Amino acid sequence: MKILRLKNCLAAVAVLVAGTCSAVAAELPDVAHAPEKTTAEYVATLFVFMLASFVGLDVIRRVSRLLHTPLMSLTNAISAIAVVGAILIAGRNNGQDANWLNILGMVAIVASVTNIVSGFLITDRMLKMFKKREPKKP
Amino acid sequence: MNETAIQIAYLVATALFIFSLKWMNDPQTARRGVLAGVAAMLLAVIGTLLNPEILTSNYKWIAIAVILGTVIGVPLSWVPLTAVPQRTALSHAFGGLAAGLVGVAKFYGSFQADGHHLSQFSVAALCMEVLLGFLTFTGSLMAAGKLQEVKFIPSRPVTYKGQNFINLSLLVIAVICCVLLVIDLQQFYYLFPVVIGLALLFGVLLIIPIGGADMPTVIALLNAYAGLAAVAMGFVMDNKLLITAGALDGSSGLILSIIMCKAMNRSFTNVLFGAFGQVQASTTQGEKKIVKSATPKDAAQLMENASLVVIVPGYGMAVAQAQHRVREIYDELTERGVSVKFAIHPVAGRMPGHMNVLLAEAEIPYEDLVEMEEINPDMPQCDVCLVIGANDVVNPAARHDKSSPIFGMPIIDADKAKTVLAIKRSMNPGFAGIENELYFADKTLMVFGDAKAVAGEIVKSLASEGDGGH
Repeated sequence: MKILRLKNCLAAVAVLVAGTCSAVAAELPDVAHAPEKTTAEYVATLFVFMLASFVGLDVIRRVSRLLHTPLMSLTNAISAIAVVGAILIAGRNNGQDANWLNILGMVAIVASVTNIVSGFLITDRMLKMFKKREPKKP
Repeated sequence: MNETAIQIAYLVATALFIFSLKWMNDPQTARRGVLAGVAAMLLAVIGTLLNPEILTSNYKWIAIAVILGTVIGVPLSWVPLTAVPQRTALSHAFGGLAAGLVGVAKFYGSFQADGHHLSQFSVAALCMEVLLGFLTFTGSLMAAGKLQEVKFIPSRPVTYKGQNFINLSLLVIAVICCVLLVIDLQQFYYLFPVVIGLALLFGVLLIIPIGGADMPTVIALLNAYAGLAAVAMGFVMDNKLLITAGALDGSSGLILSIIMCKAMNRSFTNVLFGAFGQVQASTTQGEKKIVKSATPKDAAQLMENASLVVIVPGYGMAVAQAQHRVREIYDELTERGVSVKFAIHPVAGRMPGHMNVLLAEAEIPYEDLVEMEEINPDMPQCDVCLVIGANDVVNPAARHDKSSPIFGMPIIDADKAKTVLAIKRSMNPGFAGIENELYFADKTLMVFGDAKAVAGEIVKSLASEGDGGH
């Protein structure tokens, strides 16, 4: 059991390290104004995807089968992380005569926030129902 | 400085998401997982709002959108648990829509005078995002409609000649458009709406041939697509948080669909491209077989004198709203010292784990909900196996009858129990249109009637005998 936990923690640490490295890397060159990224930098993002998938497969495999329905509504809420992209699109200056792009972003925010709110609430509602057997009264 | 703070917020959010899923491995820590998820999401949103690209004048619009989303989201979390599959499908649709719209905005934004130039890699990722996003959007809407039994969407599988060919060629055309867009964006930019249209159409056509019993697999698959759309968005926006969170969702959907496939003995390609969900023609032979029937009172007596009772619930139990009566049977029997277990088949219900949630709602302790693989070795020791609203998952034909459409599907070994009680409305065959030889076995007693009514009567005779006997 201990080893299993250690393995999970190691996997989490691996992602943290990869995340930190990429965060630092994002700081170094002025990427925002660079016209084009090098191919190597794109490969780096694939790297993150690969690691995250491995961690995901490993963590999800351990999820109790009892909880597969709540798991799905939880991951639903988590995948509404698309709200990050939606906020950026809705909030930034998309250029003149391009307000409709901001409106698309707003619709995307509404859709994502709906998922976040209902996803987390219903997951918690379902999880509350899973109870252990009450200890037998003497 | 700001950029560093944002990245650190994203970093912590990523770690929290992973812990959130990790805590789902046990019902006792699971609620902590929800908390971690909420915290991660708040961090991610706050971090994003700090982005200097966002104009101050636009914050009020963002706030309005957030409030609107909350207003829609809160009532959506109140749905009855039998409707959770529809809600889940609906939220996959929202997720797909969000990804698709962001992709469209990103694409046309790049043509603005001061827009960011899109590299070939970004265009490829964008195509993926839009394709997956819009396909998930219409596909999930169709699935939700079928589950909700909306009138104008046929809930029965719709198949026609050359279905796979049409679907595949649509997909191929969409992919060719994407490749052209990647090769020369300036020349082929007008193909982008074509990709959107094809994705929307493909989503609908993909779900049309699917019937109710295959929904668990399809919902899991759509879950994976929604996650992958978020990953693609992460590539487009160069955002590692999106990539990680999307990958977590994608792998969850993938694992769940693999579990569902295994539980139905279908290969992954068969689910993706096979004309699955087709109703097999009923192959009832003329030969009349004898069925033994019993009254609820007989059933109560049998169970009362047993030492191990295994209940096999199916979606029929949920449809009849019988789970609370079943809980009362459970209570009466455990009070008498009978040990009662529930045998849960992975595809019972309309989505992965659906049966567990429904039984948990009826306040049955989760220790007594046992997976198929764990209960099967105990089945020979089982005195009474009570089958409620389940059919194909207990059909022994899956083990030995090579001509049966469900041959090879893992089943709960109800036929190994000493006595089998099956509550059934009539002798009509189940979803697959196959007769269940379990019902004709010597040790099987059929209790005919509505699951809720029969369970109620069993409870009544258990209760009255309890009073009289002691």
